[in-house]
Amino acid sequence: MKLWQITKLIRSKNAGAFELTFDVIFKDRAGYEKVRDAKLINADWFGKTFRLKPDAVTIINYDAANAIKITIPRPIISGDIMDTDVFGGQQYGPLVELDVPE
Amino acid sequence: MLGSGFKEETLKRAMALKPDFIGADSGSTDPGPHHLGSEETQFSDAAYKRDLRLMILAAREAKIPVIVGSACTAGTDAQLERLCNIARDIAREDKLNFKLAAIHSEQDRGYLKQKLREGRIKPLANAPHLDDAVIDRSAHIVGMCGIEPYIEALNNGAEVIIAGRSSDTSIFSAMPVMKGINPATVWHAAKILECGAACVVMRKYPDCMFATVSDDSFTIEPPNPDYRCDPASVASHNLYENATPYELIEPSGVCNMFNARYEAVSDRAVRVSGSTFKKADRYTIKLEGAELAGYQSLVIGSVRDPVILRQFDGWMEGLIKAAKDRIAAVMGADIESKYRLDVRVFGKNAAMGSLEPETKIGHELGLLFQITAESQKLATSLARSVGHIAVHYPVPEWTGLITGIAFCYSPAEIDRGPCYRFNLNHVVEPASPLEMFKIEYENVK
Repeated sequence: MKLWQITKLIRSKNAGAFELTFDVIFKDRAGYEKVRDAKLINADWFGKTFRLKPDAVTIINYDAANAIKITIPRPIISGDIMDTDVFGGQQYGPLVELDVPE
Repeated sequence: MLGSGFKEETLKRAMALKPDFIGADSGSTDPGPHHLGSEETQFSDAAYKRDLRLMILAAREAKIPVIVGSACTAGTDAQLERLCNIARDIAREDKLNFKLAAIHSEQDRGYLKQKLREGRIKPLANAPHLDDAVIDRSAHIVGMCGIEPYIEALNNGAEVIIAGRSSDTSIFSAMPVMKGINPATVWHAAKILECGAACVVMRKYPDCMFATVSDDSFTIEPPNPDYRCDPASVASHNLYENATPYELIEPSGVCNMFNARYEAVSDRAVRVSGSTFKKADRYTIKLEGAELAGYQSLVIGSVRDPVILRQFDGWMEGLIKAAKDRIAAVMGADIESKYRLDVRVFGKNAAMGSLEPETKIGHELGLLFQITAESQKLATSLARSVGHIAVHYPVPEWTGLITGIAFCYSPAEIDRGPCYRFNLNHVVEPASPLEMFKIEYENVK
């Protein structure tokens, strides 16, 4: 199973021009708790995927919305010469395809 | 957001609930550094006027204030003046009288250098280096105001308040905090309100939102009958464009939402309680700055030939080298330090750049050659050379002259003009919350 199948929204967005934040909002409590408790989204995997040291990755479990939030420094400041995504809105692709064990 | 629109009917329904004020945010750093650097605006004057006119008409009839922050995208002095002029036009055309307060947020370079010398400017996360030279070469620097300038203006009888750059939440927190309501519930409510209808279950179009705030809780209910909020949709909004869903960091303190409770009051309204507010030891104002990064010209094209595509990376590497050699031959070797040539490949890694883990490509690729130089004249002339070298760059399999890129435009090159970069992610400690924000008053008729 892929992460998109048990979520209602996966998105990325600037948190200001210098940080990038990802929200994974689950369809239900069970899916959220499964991924949260198995630590499927962890700083090592995320750091490897976005080529960052794990300690640059902040992961926050947000029970009130059945959501996991990940915040990282922006690889390039929003709108700078070689930025690819001014709003930061299309950086979540690797999360969508993340494998979730059945 | 002011200029992005709302339904006139929804505003009417909201006014029937007898609000104490109408607020709107008119800016963001979302669209990038261009609007702070160039002072252009994200939306047209007509779009701002449509929204502001409906707000002012409703507010004047109900005798309540209108509060707008982050005027015309970045909140520079020229953008503030632009929105004030729109308010003046509305007053004249609709025969209205009101006291207008304009809160300036553009910052004086000498003041900032003094603060830097005193050690009263501190970096935030991932901040670039700051020294006097950065302040000098910034096109514009704005400070993000808190609630205090709005409260000052309200105390002075302002009926329409337009601010330069402002924290989104301060627009909605100023009046309830001024009235003495518990700042914890006020700031949390402001965070939920600041994007209008973004906190509903399914947002189909931008629209108004309504909150009723008291000391121990606030209730949020969309005035548009087509929309509904539920506890998850309201709680989820804390995630939006915020590094953490638990904290809201404001000039005067931090609203902590860790223990917030979200309860359904009906099938479309939610009551929120339990947040706390801790006053900051030091009052701080966030700074935003933009500086010129160069001038750009672009060449857009696409590649469809399977022979080129199967060796794309090597072909592109050779092409870039050939283009740079040609530029050096034409302009002299010292040109190297005066420009940069980059290529974005759509269909390969245009969205994620070097972080893209996927290596497959499809039956065609889109190319965007980007030349950045110290003048537009140089960028344009280099783009012409790059386009010509690129379009005929060979592959070993084909003998004879090839045309390997499909250009969709004539001419192939497009001038993008000046380009800017954000150069500040810092906070400054002013001597008082009003020190950085001059307020001008005017009786508009």
